[in-house]
Amino acid sequence: MWKTIVRRFLIMIPQLFVLSVIIFVLAKFMPGDPFTGLISPQTDPARIAELTEKAGLNDPWHIQYMRWIGNAFQGDLGLSYTYKRDVADLIGERALNTFWLSLLSVFILYLIAIPLGILAGRYQNSRLDKTIVLYSFVTYAIPTFVLGLIFLFLFGYKLEWFPTSGSVDIKYEAGTLRYYWDKFYHILLPSFTYAVLGTTGIIQYLRSEIIDAKTMDYVRTARSKGIPMRKVYSKHIFRNSLLPIAAFLGFTITGLLGGSIFVETIFGYPGMGQLFVSSISSRDYSVITALVMLFGFLALLGSLLSDIIMSIVDPRIRIE
Amino acid sequence: MKGNELLKINNLHTGFRIKDTFYDAVDGVSLSVKKNEILAIVGESGCGKSTLATSIIGLYDHNKTRVQGEIVFDNKNLAALSEEEMNDIRGFQISMIFQDPLSALNPLMRIGEQIEEGLIYHTKLDKSKRDSRVLELLQQVGIRNPERVARQFPHQLSGGMRQRVIIAIAIACKPQIIIADEPTTALDVTIQAQILDLLIELQAETEAGIILITHDLGVVAEVADRVAVMYAGQIIEEAAVEELFANPKHPYTRSLFNSIPQMNSQSDRLNVIEGIVPSLMNLPRSGCRFSSRIPWIPGEAHEENPALHEISPGHFVRCTCWKEFHFKTDKGGGTHELYANK
Repeated sequence: MWKTIVRRFLIMIPQLFVLSVIIFVLAKFMPGDPFTGLISPQTDPARIAELTEKAGLNDPWHIQYMRWIGNAFQGDLGLSYTYKRDVADLIGERALNTFWLSLLSVFILYLIAIPLGILAGRYQNSRLDKTIVLYSFVTYAIPTFVLGLIFLFLFGYKLEWFPTSGSVDIKYEAGTLRYYWDKFYHILLPSFTYAVLGTTGIIQYLRSEIIDAKTMDYVRTARSKGIPMRKVYSKHIFRNSLLPIAAFLGFTITGLLGGSIFVETIFGYPGMGQLFVSSISSRDYSVITALVMLFGFLALLGSLLSDIIMSIVDPRIRIE
Repeated sequence: MKGNELLKINNLHTGFRIKDTFYDAVDGVSLSVKKNEILAIVGESGCGKSTLATSIIGLYDHNKTRVQGEIVFDNKNLAALSEEEMNDIRGFQISMIFQDPLSALNPLMRIGEQIEEGLIYHTKLDKSKRDSRVLELLQQVGIRNPERVARQFPHQLSGGMRQRVIIAIAIACKPQIIIADEPTTALDVTIQAQILDLLIELQAETEAGIILITHDLGVVAEVADRVAVMYAGQIIEEAAVEELFANPKHPYTRSLFNSIPQMNSQSDRLNVIEGIVPSLMNLPRSGCRFSSRIPWIPGEAHEENPALHEISPGHFVRCTCWKEFHFKTDKGGGTHELYANK
């Protein structure tokens, strides 16, 4: 299995290389440049031309690309034009914020979706099932920003239960317990928003898997043993129905690391999604390319992670 | 109940709900199974034989199925028991062997665990005793390296091996009755013979009564003691196996025998039974249900309400049409008329 994992990582190199070329070129084709709109219109155009030349933005794209990839291999992803900071540092800080947010989101998501999916599937066509299905469609139909704003207004502004923006209150010193608690406190509402809206897919999938599994021959065999129905469910039906959900887990985790643009923007949370959007609008090439490369890597990692999870939970699948 | 009768079925009706009406797939079946006996139930697909089996063991969808009549076992009417009460009997006193061993085992559970499950609920054995019982069972069904197989998953075993595991699950708690629903249909011929031998061998050890459901007359001849032939939800003929094979009476039974391909037959056509089994909703509910498939037999030959007649001790035949029955080809000669004008 380790051999396969190493091989899968090696295959990622050419994939990421192709991705880097495409994304670099696409970023360069965007109209405008980092100086558009940032420098006051009174600035001497000759000065702007000089700056553009100095930043190497007038070179052909392949020269720029070679320069960028060469630096990237030395661990230097360049400087953000907007933030005047090292891209790696900038992303690293945001990535950590998003990581905690994602982790809690996934946790709450599965905490809501799995029990609801199981109940809906087990008591198919009952009033409970219909309520759950209704809930899942309603949440599916609500746009993120609407629910986000409602939560923000209700729990943040009106009830003042939760902070309305940021990732941590500046009055707490980094490293203290209070500081970490405050971080957790800040991500609760955004994660809950994300989780509530993300449950539909898992509920519906799990529900139909359970309804399917109930008619399987091995379930009939289990029933023929005379074991209680709750055991038939827990040991035979649920275990098999959770397989496809487990397969999604890898993608879900890495997908979330890309950050949720809406959630992060509404809750003013300094994460990856927010950074990505702002870097595109300010033509912050070095940040855009670095971020897309990271997202690409995460997608590839997600599929590998899913394969590994599958091989752990399903004995029929062995990574060779 | 007579001394060695284990199970007695009286006038059993099992109906499925289609829209808001119940249609009986098993329509007034009465049967009994004795200790140490293999009772074969034979019939075409859709004749109600599997429904009969699932009715006995209670493995039907309670929302869509209606079971009426009596299934008397151990002085209890199984048809009237609740799901919980049935659970105490299922897998313990009555167990079942299924048709398709490829899908009948949970793919995520080790073989040992799957055999052990029933033991947990029906016996007081502790973990280590259960483990050794599992190995013993695996050995009993002819698996050579039980320790290894117990730790394996279903997909690592062949079809024949899996069917042996299913049998091990069924006999785990030493049941008095085993219902085998087409246990060899999904297996290839050499494995079929092995599995049948195993069933006979196990029966000799356990003295259980076996209800063998099959459409394969070859299997019946090999293992059964008594045979009940079903057609359209009813038993149309019942007799000891020697009697039935030597002396089939009902037109359906005779047609079944007639449609077995003969090695030494001069004809290059196979004999078929005209028409098809009527579907559940279109089942004729009165008169002789087989009459539509033997249209050349005059209507007067059939009884109005066909009953089972004991024509010799232990040999029952439904309807009176057997007395007048002849194959169409008896007159026409040569091939079956269905093909004659082609």
